[in-house]
Amino acid sequence: MLKFLGKRVLQIVVLLFIYVTVVYWLIEAMPGSFVDQYLLNPKLTPEIRENLKRQFGFDKPAHIRYLIYMKNFLTLDLGISFSYFPTRVTTIIAERLPRTVFLFVTSTLVSYVLGYNLGKRAAWKRSGLLDKTTTFVGIVFWTIFLPLLAIFNIWLFGVILKILPLNQFIDPNLWKSAPLSAQTIFIRLLLTALVFLIVFLIALLISNRLKTIPAKKTVLYTSSITTIVVSIVIWILSGYSTYAWDIIKHMVLPVLTLTLYSFAGSMLVMRDTMLDVIREDYITTAKAKGLPDNVVRDKHAARNALLPLVTNFVISLGFTVGGGIITETMFSWPGIGRAYLEALNTQDTPLLIGLLVFTGIFVLIAHLVADVLYAVLDPRIRY
Amino acid sequence: MTEMVVAEPLWKIRLKLWIRSLRTGWELFKEKKLALFGLGVIIFFAIFGLLYPLYPVVMKNLFWKHDSFGYQTFMPYDPIVGFDPDIMSHPSPPSLRHPLGTDPLGRDILAMIMYSTPREFVLGITAALITVIIGTIIGASAAYYGGVIDTFFMRLADIVMLFPSLALLMVLSAFMELTLFRLALIMGILAGFGSITLVLKAQALTVKVRPFIDAAKSTGASDAYIIFKHIIPNILPLSFLYMMFNVTGAIFTEAVLSFLGLANIRMSWGVIIQMAESSGYLMGASIGMYWWLWLPAGVCITLLCSSFYFLGRGLEEIVNPRLRKR
Repeated sequence: MLKFLGKRVLQIVVLLFIYVTVVYWLIEAMPGSFVDQYLLNPKLTPEIRENLKRQFGFDKPAHIRYLIYMKNFLTLDLGISFSYFPTRVTTIIAERLPRTVFLFVTSTLVSYVLGYNLGKRAAWKRSGLLDKTTTFVGIVFWTIFLPLLAIFNIWLFGVILKILPLNQFIDPNLWKSAPLSAQTIFIRLLLTALVFLIVFLIALLISNRLKTIPAKKTVLYTSSITTIVVSIVIWILSGYSTYAWDIIKHMVLPVLTLTLYSFAGSMLVMRDTMLDVIREDYITTAKAKGLPDNVVRDKHAARNALLPLVTNFVISLGFTVGGGIITETMFSWPGIGRAYLEALNTQDTPLLIGLLVFTGIFVLIAHLVADVLYAVLDPRIRY
Repeated sequence: MTEMVVAEPLWKIRLKLWIRSLRTGWELFKEKKLALFGLGVIIFFAIFGLLYPLYPVVMKNLFWKHDSFGYQTFMPYDPIVGFDPDIMSHPSPPSLRHPLGTDPLGRDILAMIMYSTPREFVLGITAALITVIIGTIIGASAAYYGGVIDTFFMRLADIVMLFPSLALLMVLSAFMELTLFRLALIMGILAGFGSITLVLKAQALTVKVRPFIDAAKSTGASDAYIIFKHIIPNILPLSFLYMMFNVTGAIFTEAVLSFLGLANIRMSWGVIIQMAESSGYLMGASIGMYWWLWLPAGVCITLLCSSFYFLGRGLEEIVNPRLRKR
């Protein structure tokens, strides 16, 4: 295992360097540059021109700049953004990443829970009504033109029902006199969600040790409900609850859209694996023992079909950064995807390279985690 | 002992076998109602697109009989430069003259959709064909030769898969004008070196260890002969399956790129929605009021994408023994 991990990490490092190089030269070769919009000004004297070029680092030839970039990259410095001038690219990413990740983690979690439950039921009663409807609806949503879904949701929930805000991250009127920045409140919200997740996982572990089903259920439900109630009370007492609620309200629509869009992916994977597992002999044995249908389905079949789903989950988390472009544009959500589009439009080279490189790192780490998870979860797999 | 003489020429026997396998395939396929639905939608769109040249003629005879000068000047059913001068303000809601209304520039939406349909087919199928041809050849040769060739292409696939494809296409749109054909070519090549090679290589590896490959080798068949005559035909069903999924991906990507205004395509379903968006008809209350600007085109994209996906899923249940019903 360790040997495998070492080899894999080495491979990832090599891949990353090749990737960064390709990205760098690709963006470098893009026609035009950020300085051009200043240099095009005919009133500039040659000295100012030279000065401008020097300040943006364009006076050196491209390969020297590449070496400098690589040197900085090794010290985890992705440079300084042009369009947000003195801000570092890493700062921009650090500011925007939580928003994108929160959006995608929530929707991916919801869609995987949904996909897991629907997929196992669909496969269990193959060609039944549920199988047919979920497959049909799932594939239609899976291949839907994402902007169409976003427009439709905005129209339905924002315009017709008027219960949710149309887009943006916050409501500016509300935040005019806010004591804290939106980012601070958002980070605190994230922490709350994280605490909830940890409590939930611990409760899950404890309940697995317990013997009877009612005991399991009590532990799980009481702990989750207590955490939710306690966190809500803390938020209300802190006085920032209106602001937190504003952010949550703005999050509902993008999360809903993304969930609808992506639940079929996990559902189809779950269904196909289940179909494979159902044929195993131990399922027949379990049925022959006279176990209830639900128990065979949930305990014997679904547990073993879960593996591809879990690894798929991790890998799909890796693609969140790149996949956010459409959703974030449609909902004006200031995340990584929108930053990418903005950087592309303003030719903000350092930010563009930084975002692509960061996405690559994210994907590579996700793949590594998926590999490790695979080995941990499936005792048959030995590296 | 008399020798068996087969009177029929070889090609006739092959044809018969081919027809027979096609028939059994069709029997299996017929049971997949969703796949049949997909096929039906694809055929509908194909006919719908081919009928486009008739549409202006019919409309001209119905509404422009007495104004052939106006018709020739404004070409109201031209998808790119058309304009209807008899309507006070554009965009106008659906009417008899314009079954799906007009866009802010006064062009007929139905004409735009019909005009784009064959182009979507061409784009999707070209991109998918290129992907599958590249993927199949690389997958088969990587599995057959192994060693350096295998390592090289697999690592290449790793790097290609690292790139978020939409983000990469956005960068490429800065380099060149992404016309329909170029876009199809680029999407096809990018996808061809990506994950599809991994899948097809895995499949080719299972073919490579079968005895008939050794038999072919012992009779002195060349590497190329074995790859093209023995390995590729055996992984072709799987490649064909992936082609369907790739058509979906290509049409979707084109629509998104057009929607973001990054592709240089004069008219496509994505461009129709982009037109509505860029002229401000997708904001707040106008979304519902001007539904004909985005709904028909969006539904067309979704329907065509999902029908190819349905078809692919149906074929997958036939090709993939794991999913076959017992």
